[in-house]
Amino acid sequence: MAPVLELRNITKQFPGVLANDHINLRLEEGEILALLGENGAGKSTLMNILYGLYEPDEGEVFIRGEQVAIEGPADAIRQGIGMVHQHFMLIPVLTVTENVMLGDETVSTPIRILKRDKVAARIRELSEQHGLHVDPDARVQSLSVGVRQRVEIIKVLYRHANILILDEPTAVLTPQEADELFDILRSLRQQGVSIIFISHKLREVLELADRVMVIRRGKVVGETKTEEADQAQLAEMMVGRQVALTVAKGPAQVGEPVLEVKDLYVMDDRLQMTVDGVSLTVHAGEVLGVAGVQGNGQTEFVEALTGLRQVRAGKVSIDGEDITNASPRKLVEAGVAHIPEDRQADGLVLRFPVADNFVINTYYKPPFAKGWRVNRAAIDEQAERLIRDFDIRTPSAYVPVSNLSGGNQQKVIVAREFSRPIRLLVANQPTRGLDVGSIEYIHQQLINKRDAGVAVLLVSAELDEIMGLSDRIAVMFHGKITAVVDANEVSKEQVGLMMAGSSLEEALKQAPARSDAPIEAIL
Amino acid sequence: MTATTVNTHTDSTAALKKERRRAIAFGVFFLIVAAAILVLFIFNTDSQMVSTLKLNPTTRNKPIHVPDLVLPTQLTLIVLMIITGAIGAYQLGRGFKNAATALGVVFLLFIAAFLVWATRNKAINLLGILSFTVAAATPIAFAGLSGVMCERSGVINIAIEGQMLVGAMIAVLVASVTGSQWFGLGAAIISGAVLGAVLAVLAIRFIVDQIIAGVAINIFGLGITSFISQRYMQPNPELNTGGVFPRIAIPFLSKIPVIGPIFFNQNAIVYILFLTVLVMHFMLWYTQWGLRTQAVGEHPRAADTLGINVFRIRYINVIIGGMIASIGGAYLTIGSVGRFDENITAGKGFIGLAAMIFGQWTPLGTYGASLIFGFSDALQAKLQILGKVQVPIPSEWLLILPYLITIIVLAGVVGRTVPPAADGQPYIKE
Amino acid sequence: MDESSSHSVTPKSKDAKKKSSSWASAMVVPLLAVFTALVIGALLIAFTDPVVLDAWKHFFADPMGALAATWQSIAVAYGALLSGSLGLVEIWKALGVWLHGGGTEALAVAMVPLSESLTASVPFIFAGLAVAVGFQGGLFNIGAEGQLLVGALSAVYVGYSFPGLPIYIHLPMALIAGFIGGAIWGAIPGLLKAYTGGHEVITTIMMNWIIISISAWLLKVGGPMSRGELPITPEVLPSAQIPKFFSTQGNRFHAGFFLALITAFLIFWLLYKSTKGFEIRMLGANFKAAVYSGINVKHLWVFVMALSGALAGMAGTVQALAIDHWVGMGFSGGMGFDSIALALLGRSHPLGVVLAALLFGTLRNGATRMQSVAHIPIDIITIIQALVIVFIAAPEIIRWLYRLRQPEGEEAPIFTTSWGS
Repeated sequence: MAPVLELRNITKQFPGVLANDHINLRLEEGEILALLGENGAGKSTLMNILYGLYEPDEGEVFIRGEQVAIEGPADAIRQGIGMVHQHFMLIPVLTVTENVMLGDETVSTPIRILKRDKVAARIRELSEQHGLHVDPDARVQSLSVGVRQRVEIIKVLYRHANILILDEPTAVLTPQEADELFDILRSLRQQGVSIIFISHKLREVLELADRVMVIRRGKVVGETKTEEADQAQLAEMMVGRQVALTVAKGPAQVGEPVLEVKDLYVMDDRLQMTVDGVSLTVHAGEVLGVAGVQGNGQTEFVEALTGLRQVRAGKVSIDGEDITNASPRKLVEAGVAHIPEDRQADGLVLRFPVADNFVINTYYKPPFAKGWRVNRAAIDEQAERLIRDFDIRTPSAYVPVSNLSGGNQQKVIVAREFSRPIRLLVANQPTRGLDVGSIEYIHQQLINKRDAGVAVLLVSAELDEIMGLSDRIAVMFHGKITAVVDANEVSKEQVGLMMAGSSLEEALKQAPARSDAPIEAIL
Repeated sequence: MTATTVNTHTDSTAALKKERRRAIAFGVFFLIVAAAILVLFIFNTDSQMVSTLKLNPTTRNKPIHVPDLVLPTQLTLIVLMIITGAIGAYQLGRGFKNAATALGVVFLLFIAAFLVWATRNKAINLLGILSFTVAAATPIAFAGLSGVMCERSGVINIAIEGQMLVGAMIAVLVASVTGSQWFGLGAAIISGAVLGAVLAVLAIRFIVDQIIAGVAINIFGLGITSFISQRYMQPNPELNTGGVFPRIAIPFLSKIPVIGPIFFNQNAIVYILFLTVLVMHFMLWYTQWGLRTQAVGEHPRAADTLGINVFRIRYINVIIGGMIASIGGAYLTIGSVGRFDENITAGKGFIGLAAMIFGQWTPLGTYGASLIFGFSDALQAKLQILGKVQVPIPSEWLLILPYLITIIVLAGVVGRTVPPAADGQPYIKE
Repeated sequence: MDESSSHSVTPKSKDAKKKSSSWASAMVVPLLAVFTALVIGALLIAFTDPVVLDAWKHFFADPMGALAATWQSIAVAYGALLSGSLGLVEIWKALGVWLHGGGTEALAVAMVPLSESLTASVPFIFAGLAVAVGFQGGLFNIGAEGQLLVGALSAVYVGYSFPGLPIYIHLPMALIAGFIGGAIWGAIPGLLKAYTGGHEVITTIMMNWIIISISAWLLKVGGPMSRGELPITPEVLPSAQIPKFFSTQGNRFHAGFFLALITAFLIFWLLYKSTKGFEIRMLGANFKAAVYSGINVKHLWVFVMALSGALAGMAGTVQALAIDHWVGMGFSGGMGFDSIALALLGRSHPLGVVLAALLFGTLRNGATRMQSVAHIPIDIITIIQALVIVFIAAPEIIRWLYRLRQPEGEEAPIFTTSWGS
């Protein structure tokens, strides 16, 4: 019997990148196929092609043995393909019903008046059938991330899709929410839905999938049944070389407290108290990792520490000096370095040359300023030096930084922040979306700073990154620090439980204790 | 890319403080208005004065007679002041959820106070002012609805002014040649569709900065209308005599006291406006088109992933938006004065955008806001009749009022109301 | 997007500052934009000419006649435009007279159109710089028209109110008054944006209408600034007038031209050589990064708008003190829109703005002659400007028309940030 879906020779070239290089893929009925690969390997590109969002340069798509042309999402939907995107495609101001029906509305002619009731009834039906627990009348903006993902699944089921693509679905979930999702997916498989599951996390792929396909640099580099899979081999296939499993670091030489936060309260843009009474201390010479699922107040916490967001109550001090609500400039002068979460939006002026991006927070001081004048010579000289020291791959110091790859852009930020004497380094998602080489480099740089006596506050949604780098771990849940633990004394599972809201005691009881690091720890 | 807009002013350093400060600033502003009523008006009256507001039309179309409003000037002003003060106090204390409405009410109270004071010991035909309000609000409302139409789908239309200008000129030109205002209106609508299409192509196809594209169309509109006006209409005055749509009193409805003469004894374009407001309201919230328009304006990529053609919806909406704007332009000529003058729109397109923001991107709200602007316009036109002694303010100063209100509205309401999330952002397929 | 593309090129030294070629390619689109707009303008002129339309009615009988009439119509109009703006033929002839021992009088007269074009470009330089500075800082100042009027009114008020002062005190006083007047009128929308979030596009337009209403009151007969029975201001005293260079009748070339060039250089220095300019350009290029870098964004918004307003104010000031010597209603007509076109055409770069202003000054000056000779309404220039803006903002149209290739690595110019309630 012909497979449900077959892709042949899919090739897609982006400027400068061959994202998909003659990829072949088969999906059998009622199977969960995992596409495994590191960030930027081309998995999402392939699925976006299948879903009609990108046009392939060459290649064919077969559904149940018949060749089909997929020129847009409408074609894909018609072929029974549904996709849950990494960034949810939901409209926050609309209700669940409206989001689900959008594009496939039930209407009465002639002017197409919406029949919301009918759709809402169908949603309740689907919700019950698959145990999704979704209220059709709720506005999406009031729903939690986990529920939003279930709304996405309902959207797909509502359209009677039998091929379901999920792009990094667990990135925004707690391990426990992820388990719930896996249960839902298994039940869908039982009902004959074929699923493609994109991930870069080895553990969950092995847990869920029937078959694994590994993609690296746009090419299929391996394929295996899950039960026959060798973890180390898969990991190596993914990154293409033996990976260093841990960051080489010695024990921390902990010094005086540098950053002290007491009872910090911060609101987000919608005036919700997203940081709800946080207290913690970071000492010189240690890495404090803040673990937490995205959206638990980390972003606002970091913004408050770096002067980008108003502190509502509480106190922040550096080396004993009160810096609550100090401006970003004052913080820079106080020795705070900040690697922002969204490097392109916050950390770089993309239109400016590389050289100018090295001085965007020091341009007003000597030697870069001479009175009112910008001192070009000093800026150029620094640029040459930093490009060399941090091995930044750029045609010259004078091309716009937008021309650089993501990893090199991040290196520009790191180089800039490390180019001045600092006491505290706040790094928020410092390696998101980077290639392994850049990740290793930046991890090493963070550790070097730690060893040089800088206090490092690392915020990351990647639990493995937190586990690998931190000396102590603070778990953030619903705007609160629920536990601060020594990184050597807890297991990944225990931290994961705490990220999902368990107390320290519960987590220690319920999850297996720390054994030695499993192979996927760094991925 | 996520759906969040690039908030140029939502300076995240101080979202909260700013919100609170804004709420307080509003409360203080309302209290200042109350104080202004006291100082400017109440102190200049005495308890014997009486203001007479006539509520019966002078036209032949007589509704059922109602008694005129005879108010004790000082007492009425004191009541208005107390209400305004109370609103201010509440705003300072607990704060209104809907700032736009509170601001609108305070405007109306102040303008009402001004009206009562200006008519101390005199009589003025309130009905006439209100009827004029509806007329003056008409072009502003069309402009605002055009804005709603476009921005709900995520395209900023700042070209409304230019679309109105061209519509105004084409309407009078065609009406003059054909002798029919309806042909004039039809031609104006076509011109609006064309200019809407130009904006759409520039903004959607060529991804030109939407504000710049709009400004270019405005400049073009000003240039082409002045050019044609000088080249053809000035040498041939017969090309600039399009006539005016006649007033039509709607049977029964126009007989309702007060309401009838205000709303239902107007010309055809005003009725088209009423219809447009209602139809847009219905379409936006209850139909497939409305849902898709909102989706495209909020999160175009999400709409795209569901097979909705983002570009098509934007094209349609922007073109219809241009058509609506041009009806507003046509109203300025064949709906009121019957002739075209250079730059006859005098910023009404932009005031319409303010009405749209004031009305929080909804058709009904936009119309409500337009009525406030229209009221200030009407006052300015009618109060001169009362004479300098009665109203010792130069009429030029009153002319400033709508512009000033626009600024206050923008300053006060923007940031509390939320525009469509993808407003002004080009959609680029990958 | 994928990250894997590693640039294998190692850092190079300064010679990689690719400049020379980008200069030439940067000029191509603007020049073609102007050219195309002029062609469309020509068609508009021809096909609104009754004679031409009449000839086209007989196209099948006399095709050459129709074409000839079209050509004739355009030639007369643009011929007048050229002779009225440059007058090169007359200058050539007068040069011949002079070289053959004739007097300089003929040459002086022949130079009038050219020097008038330079004169006309003076307010354009200031106004274009005003909008360009705003663009560089991410602000769209549509209020140059109002700021210009405030500047002119302030300068003229000082210019006629203080008799008996020497020129070296009175003239600077008047200039500074105009500068400050414009700065205040520009700073208000800046303050509104910084502290309330009111978008500058609408507030500046509203400020235009407000000053127009106020000036109607100031200037009306019997108004505070009116000249007795006339609805215009009194004449500026000679001690506050900007001196002219030539005594020839009709030649109004004045010192303001050099003031404009100096200002353009100062703005260039400010934007590209000073730390303030670094801040302004950063604010315009990435608002969030500007906040991150520690700039006080609110102060900077107010500063940029005030500077922009001041430059616009200078446009009105110089025009009033050098040319008109008084202000009446309609003084600023259309200048606000001109300034936007200038800034776009000049790519918000001071040098580009100066070149664009010289072009527009020439066009405007020539259009006056075109209006009197060929009876083409001067508004044709406004239309051409609108077209120039469109072509500059959508260079793809130009590239498509002329089958040009997209230059590599060129970024689409971004001039403003959008609504962003």
